[in-house]
Amino acid sequence: MSTAPALDKRPAAASAPGRRRVTLPVLLLIIAGVLALTSLVRIVTGADGITNVSQMSTALKLAVPIGMAGLGGLWAERSGVINIGLEGMLILGTWFGAWAGYQWGPWIGVLAGIAGGALGGLLHAIVTVTFNVNHIVSGVAINILALGVTRYVSAFAFEGVPQGTSKQSPPVESLGQFSVPVLSDGLETINDKGWFLASDIAGLLGGLVTNMSPLTLLALALVPASWWILWRTSFGLRLRSCGENPTAAESLGVNVYKYKYLAVIISGGLAGLGGAFLSIVANPFYLEGQTGGRGYIGLAAMIFGNWMPGGLALGAGLFGYTDSLKLRGGTENVHALLLLIAILVLIGAIWLVLRKKYVGAVIAVAVSALVFAWYATTKEVPTQVVTATPYVVTLLVLSLSAQRLRMPRANGKPYRRG
Amino acid sequence: MKKFDKERLLLGAAGPAIALVVAVLLTSVVLLASGKSPFEPYAIMLEQAGFADIQVLILNAAAGYYIAALAVAVGFRMNLFNIGVEGQYRLAAMVTAVVGAKVALPGALQLPLLVLVAALTGAFWAGIAGLLKVTRGVSEVVSTIMLNSIATAVIGYFTLPKVFGVQQGNNKTTGEMHDSGWFPNLDLGPAGELYGFVFVAVALGIAYWVVLNRTRFGFDLRATGASESAAAASGVNAKRMVLTAMLLSGAVAGLAGLPTLLNDTHTYSLSFPTSLGFTAIGIALLGRGGPVGIAFASLLWAFLDKASAELDYRGYDTEIAVIMQGLIVIAVVVSYEAVGRWGLRRQQQRVGKELAAGHVLGKTGAPGTSGETGTSGDNNDKEVAAR
Repeated sequence: MSTAPALDKRPAAASAPGRRRVTLPVLLLIIAGVLALTSLVRIVTGADGITNVSQMSTALKLAVPIGMAGLGGLWAERSGVINIGLEGMLILGTWFGAWAGYQWGPWIGVLAGIAGGALGGLLHAIVTVTFNVNHIVSGVAINILALGVTRYVSAFAFEGVPQGTSKQSPPVESLGQFSVPVLSDGLETINDKGWFLASDIAGLLGGLVTNMSPLTLLALALVPASWWILWRTSFGLRLRSCGENPTAAESLGVNVYKYKYLAVIISGGLAGLGGAFLSIVANPFYLEGQTGGRGYIGLAAMIFGNWMPGGLALGAGLFGYTDSLKLRGGTENVHALLLLIAILVLIGAIWLVLRKKYVGAVIAVAVSALVFAWYATTKEVPTQVVTATPYVVTLLVLSLSAQRLRMPRANGKPYRRG
Repeated sequence: MKKFDKERLLLGAAGPAIALVVAVLLTSVVLLASGKSPFEPYAIMLEQAGFADIQVLILNAAAGYYIAALAVAVGFRMNLFNIGVEGQYRLAAMVTAVVGAKVALPGALQLPLLVLVAALTGAFWAGIAGLLKVTRGVSEVVSTIMLNSIATAVIGYFTLPKVFGVQQGNNKTTGEMHDSGWFPNLDLGPAGELYGFVFVAVALGIAYWVVLNRTRFGFDLRATGASESAAAASGVNAKRMVLTAMLLSGAVAGLAGLPTLLNDTHTYSLSFPTSLGFTAIGIALLGRGGPVGIAFASLLWAFLDKASAELDYRGYDTEIAVIMQGLIVIAVVVSYEAVGRWGLRRQQQRVGKELAAGHVLGKTGAPGTSGETGTSGDNNDKEVAAR
């Protein structure tokens, strides 16, 4: 979690005086605080579902594809290439994953999914790096193309095969699931007791050790691995330098084209892995339109996380969690979460008062009161509110902190070998 | 100077032509690889385009594409990426459908009201992204993607039976609109009905050209797109331009769903056509942001859509048209870039040759040189717009 301090000074000085940097202990403290509040809300409202083990386990399952797409975006953008084509690469991943998976087993499917996504990445790299076409344009084109190609080839690959149609692949064998023996049961028991805080933490951890696919584990491991490669190896330093200042990197002997190509291909491979997860683990088949815009959401999670793996994982988790609320008795649980939101906004208001920003504080108090009134006067919340929540939260976070977010300096800029 | 213009024209045409040829070749490769005839689908599609009823279908579909692509193109001129056309047109169509079902004025008032409602809704939705960009520095690409998803949820909520929705079988609709709000169709007999909105689309194209090329606002818009700092130096308020362009783009986007809504379905339902907004990005690129180019591009797109339906009955898959659309977009952006670079190099070589031959620039034929620099500036302008 460290960017060069010199680069951080400018936005910090511009936005407000003094100590703005969120360090790891502070972040952990905030997370713990939010957890404690959530626990309190759970006990007050009696909506036990919000920190249930199975809720958390579902959330994790839904977060993985988003996180992988986001991680793909991170790799590409750290090398200076914007990748809107993640959605298309995700689609390629789902198709290739299921296509190879039903024929030669799920693990080959995973590899094929990665390869399919990487193929999309290669195309993106050729168009943006070699031909210097605008990155967003190329990404949009790849999304259109991936959709068309997979729909076209599905008609040949899946139609006529037992249990397959032109829109859906035959079932893929499962990769298997595992639960950590003693831990999983123990945590579930604690979770069932309904104790303050302890049960919620048990629920959160229980979700991480119960009914896990090996692919989930791999995906989880890729987040710190990406951080380590990008921030702790010379390869990563060179790759990031291409995203910050390619001309300077070139003058130091870095082959910018090579690094950009590698980064974008890896980016596609990660998105492809996310796609394979969707069509092998989340569902045991490929289905047309299965990705449902998760590539875009992954991109949002990455920006939400300030182009850092940790923040990205947090963003993906948030999206996954709200997604899971939609699936599992969402309307009541979200109704309970309204209370949490009201309290959080109120805390924000107090913080604003302490920083002598009275206008903002008044608005925050008003919002908090409104949300509380909504909570008090209704019994449940329409599902559409649940659907929209992650997007609204992302917009809010972006609008509150966009000036403090820092993307790679040369991100999206065309670069020609000089 | 005339000779030079010819070359520019040639270069301008070469981009899309090369792209089309490449896309057709690649599609043929795909067809061959899947064991089909690499030529027959084109013959079938061209034959289809000869029928009057298909032609009407193509024109009707092209109207929506054209309006949506104009909306994208307004943003392009400012280097703004309005990915949110998708959400803007769908939300606008839904709101218009609701207003059309709840309000019943005489036709002369109802139609302008509905068009205004659509434009305002689109502008409002795009304005959120514009405001966030101007005041908080949020990238419009990300915020419009978020707004697209939020629009889907909002539409889902408003079409609930307990809000404004009307359940019809399995379909959630917004109820039939009052017929004073139905846009007149042009009855062409056996060929079917031509949407009256096709003419509105043409008018919008003309208005787009006039506003961008013949007004001060249009000049400011293009100037800001080409170089924000230069425009600011000449007194343009860049922030205000961003917001205005976004609002304008959203307002046009709001109209994109109207050909279907006011001329055909008269209700917003789950089966209302989607992903027009993403398609429009490809069409705007293909047409290079000019009103005529976009018209050709949307006709081509609509042709691929409508003429390919027959393929299913002849042993081919209609999806081949989608592949072709994707390939065309990629081929187009690459070929524009390559042709543009090649043209620039030729121009530099010629200027270099003239210099080497001892002509002092500015002494021999001042108009010629000023023309050249003028056109090169124009080229750059176009290049920027095409991105």
